[in-house]
Amino acid sequence: MAEVNGLGSSMKRKEDARFIQGKGNYIDDLKLPGMLYLDIVRSPYAHAKIKNIHSEAALKVPGVLAVITGKDLEKYNLHWMPTLMSDRQMVLPVDTVKYQAQEVAGVIATGRYAAADGVAAVEVDYEPLPVVVDPHKALEPGATKVRDDKESNKAWHWEVGDRAATDSVIKGAATVVRERIYIPRIHVASIETCGCVADWNAVEGKLTLYMTTQAPHAIRTVLALVAGHVGLSEERIRVVSPDIGGGFGGKVPVYPGYVIAVAASVLIGKPVKWIEDRSENLQADSFARDYHMDAELAADKAGRITALRIKTVADYGYTDAAANPSKFPAGLFSICTGSYDFQTAFTEMDAAYTNKPPGGVAYRCSFRVTEAVHAVERMVDIMAHERGEDPAEFRLRNFIKKDQFPYKSALGWEYDSGDYHAALRKAMDMIGYSELRKEQTEKRKRGELMGIGISSFTEIVGAGPSHTFDILGIKMFDSAEIRIHPTGKAIARFGTKSQGQGHETTYAQIIAEELGIPASDIKVEEGDTDTAPYGLGTYASRSTPTAGAAASIASRKIREKAKKIAAHLLEAAEEDLVWERGKFYVKGSPDRAKTIQEIAFAAYTNHPQGMEAGLEAVDYYDPPNLTFPFGSYICVVDIDRGTGQVKIRRFVAVDDCGTRINPMIVEGQIHGGLTMGMAPALLEQIIYDADGNNLTGTFMEYLLPTAVETPKWETGETVTPSPHHPIGAKGVGESATVGAPPAIANAVVDALWHLGVRHIDIPITPPKLWAILKEKGVALEE
Amino acid sequence: MMSTHHIKVNVNGQTHEADVESRLLLVHFIREVLNFTGTHIGCDSSSCGACTVMLNGRNVKSCTLFAVQADGGEVMTVEGLAQDGKLHPIQEGFHQEHGLQCGFCTPGMMISAVALLKKNPNPTEEEIRWGLSGNLCRCTGYVNIVKAVQYAAEKMKSES
Repeated sequence: MAEVNGLGSSMKRKEDARFIQGKGNYIDDLKLPGMLYLDIVRSPYAHAKIKNIHSEAALKVPGVLAVITGKDLEKYNLHWMPTLMSDRQMVLPVDTVKYQAQEVAGVIATGRYAAADGVAAVEVDYEPLPVVVDPHKALEPGATKVRDDKESNKAWHWEVGDRAATDSVIKGAATVVRERIYIPRIHVASIETCGCVADWNAVEGKLTLYMTTQAPHAIRTVLALVAGHVGLSEERIRVVSPDIGGGFGGKVPVYPGYVIAVAASVLIGKPVKWIEDRSENLQADSFARDYHMDAELAADKAGRITALRIKTVADYGYTDAAANPSKFPAGLFSICTGSYDFQTAFTEMDAAYTNKPPGGVAYRCSFRVTEAVHAVERMVDIMAHERGEDPAEFRLRNFIKKDQFPYKSALGWEYDSGDYHAALRKAMDMIGYSELRKEQTEKRKRGELMGIGISSFTEIVGAGPSHTFDILGIKMFDSAEIRIHPTGKAIARFGTKSQGQGHETTYAQIIAEELGIPASDIKVEEGDTDTAPYGLGTYASRSTPTAGAAASIASRKIREKAKKIAAHLLEAAEEDLVWERGKFYVKGSPDRAKTIQEIAFAAYTNHPQGMEAGLEAVDYYDPPNLTFPFGSYICVVDIDRGTGQVKIRRFVAVDDCGTRINPMIVEGQIHGGLTMGMAPALLEQIIYDADGNNLTGTFMEYLLPTAVETPKWETGETVTPSPHHPIGAKGVGESATVGAPPAIANAVVDALWHLGVRHIDIPITPPKLWAILKEKGVALEE
Repeated sequence: MMSTHHIKVNVNGQTHEADVESRLLLVHFIREVLNFTGTHIGCDSSSCGACTVMLNGRNVKSCTLFAVQADGGEVMTVEGLAQDGKLHPIQEGFHQEHGLQCGFCTPGMMISAVALLKKNPNPTEEEIRWGLSGNLCRCTGYVNIVKAVQYAAEKMKSES
């Protein structure tokens, strides 16, 4: 029999075969008979009144069938839609556009090129309006209003913690450090852009929507809520998420293009394909970060942290189209007290509307955790340097101790488990920390700039417990449905959706561990709402904590029934049976055994009278708490004084995500996360000019790391299982994206602290750094 | 109306003929006319390399060429890598070393790797990284892609 490949096995991925042979099924690979193409006219202005849309010339282009405008959709009340945060978003504008590259009209044609010709032929008369780009200015009294339906540009205010106590501790503290930290707007830029094929079957009255979505079930419900009044009730909608070419949070929101394609398919009665090009993707899809944070950290004389305060102005663009749990407008930002033991903190946030596309969405991050971790890890480093202390020593003194878990944080979270000292000490050993400090001292004498940066992060992932977590009222459980076939093979379906994380392999391994059926005998399916059980999808590192747990619990339900069948087959009492992975045997007589495969066969051929036939189970798993993965990263940089370039010489990442299901896949997730952490630290930023023009709208300006800029990551692990997860696992897909940026920024500042540099906002690009070196008189100009 | 041209292109060992518009991109010819959908499109500025194919023995970005420029030429796509039901060493390498996650960049990445190994059968890590610098991957962080190429290099040496 094949190897079981349960927990801890680095089995090779089951999904690879189709991808390495060019047989993946991505959205743009889909071709349906009679399929039409949608292309979109977009606004060149960040804020403008639409005076007229002239479609006549476009309609004369060979192959163009229709031009759809906001006024057309308004007839069906489909010109707007709710966002996942219960805000409003235009599908197509009726009178004004609010950001550059906003959808203005849809052109439907028989071919991709004809649709593009049609877009070029549509003429729109705009009257430009004043633009609000800076969120601070947007919040000033008298600022131009971005939204006609709102009182002001303040989308919301959110706060948590004890304001008065924090004020008083900070006032009386021995040392207080203050810094304004900006994390700019960035974009996930998965290599596959977004797209869909909407296929309305008028005879059956059913819509099949193939789309690049990380959350197919939630999308189905939202569609039914938005378009139920025109006949799209939920049983008439099937959402299929095919192979996804990277998601990272960018494929959670509903973009207008999807809705226009659906409307076009329903109106015309043919399948309609919409595929974004890269420029559209980088200019119009949801963005991440854009947080302006004023942080203050206080410590006592002995160097113990006593309080943290962060006040943030967050730029949410023209609408709050994030996908945060609804009770958490600022996501899980309140994890900002980090890995440190102190009980006084306060944080507040004002979200501003501006003339930009929706912001505050994810970039491989569990709901604003990256922003929170960057703030606290930068502040802790500044405090250590300010006190003239080694940043590692300062952290080791202030960490929450292993025996304090479960730990109640100052802002209300119960950290499930942790051993922060072990992770940091391991990282220090791996990289040779004290030797590096000696080297740095030597180099500094010679005028060479070398820095060592640490980040000891705590994440909060796996949303989430139903008492607190929902999106549009739908509780954030997730699900698994497992059926064992008569021959002992299985099919398992889930409410999540892989975008490269390897679910087809890891979910099979969890079931393999629980039932002893080889992982290679278990087929995993996700993404089809007609077949998979309901779930909230894959983002925020939630799949393993929720659906992975459901796989485990559903397997155990199957094992319970299998035990009854085994007792019947072995003519033994249930209480006399012992489970050993893959079989039940009679206590004291290991020869009297029935394998899970024999039991499965009996479930269909020889089950006990009075028992239902079959062997299957469903579980909707409601996690009792979130999981709190953590780690310590150490980065060594050398700075080129001639160019301002930061060279990452070494980067050691010690991660603790509890039980590792497939260590090979976990390490791959960490490699990828580190690279998406380095990217915004050194390269990526979406930049707008004063008129709201996106200056970084293609891959020529928005720089993704290639193999050349990416260092050779070194990884290590500690294992602190989650006490409440059935197999002790925690999410891991985003840990490294969260942990890496402050390690890199801290390393660069560490190299320059002696010159009077306290902070540099990311991305630390060569021109930015070179200007600082020049100002400090250390740049080489020849 | 755009003029059309009759072209003849050998793709993965088979000759295909078609009448195409002058402006039809090679990548659309491959994907939509010939239905070889393993070659992907990831950008519109020749930056990402997802569309990389071999044209007359050289790796090219097929979004940056017109189909007519391949007239009379030989194209190899990811679908042409495996021979007689046996995976190419680069395909094996990507599977064995976990060199792919979402798989979207993988076909272009493998074609660039094959082109690199053709020119330089014994590349250093640095040379592999530069050799693949025209191909973006957002998932893997490249560490395992480098290992996959090293795996293939070893395998190809032992096979030759």
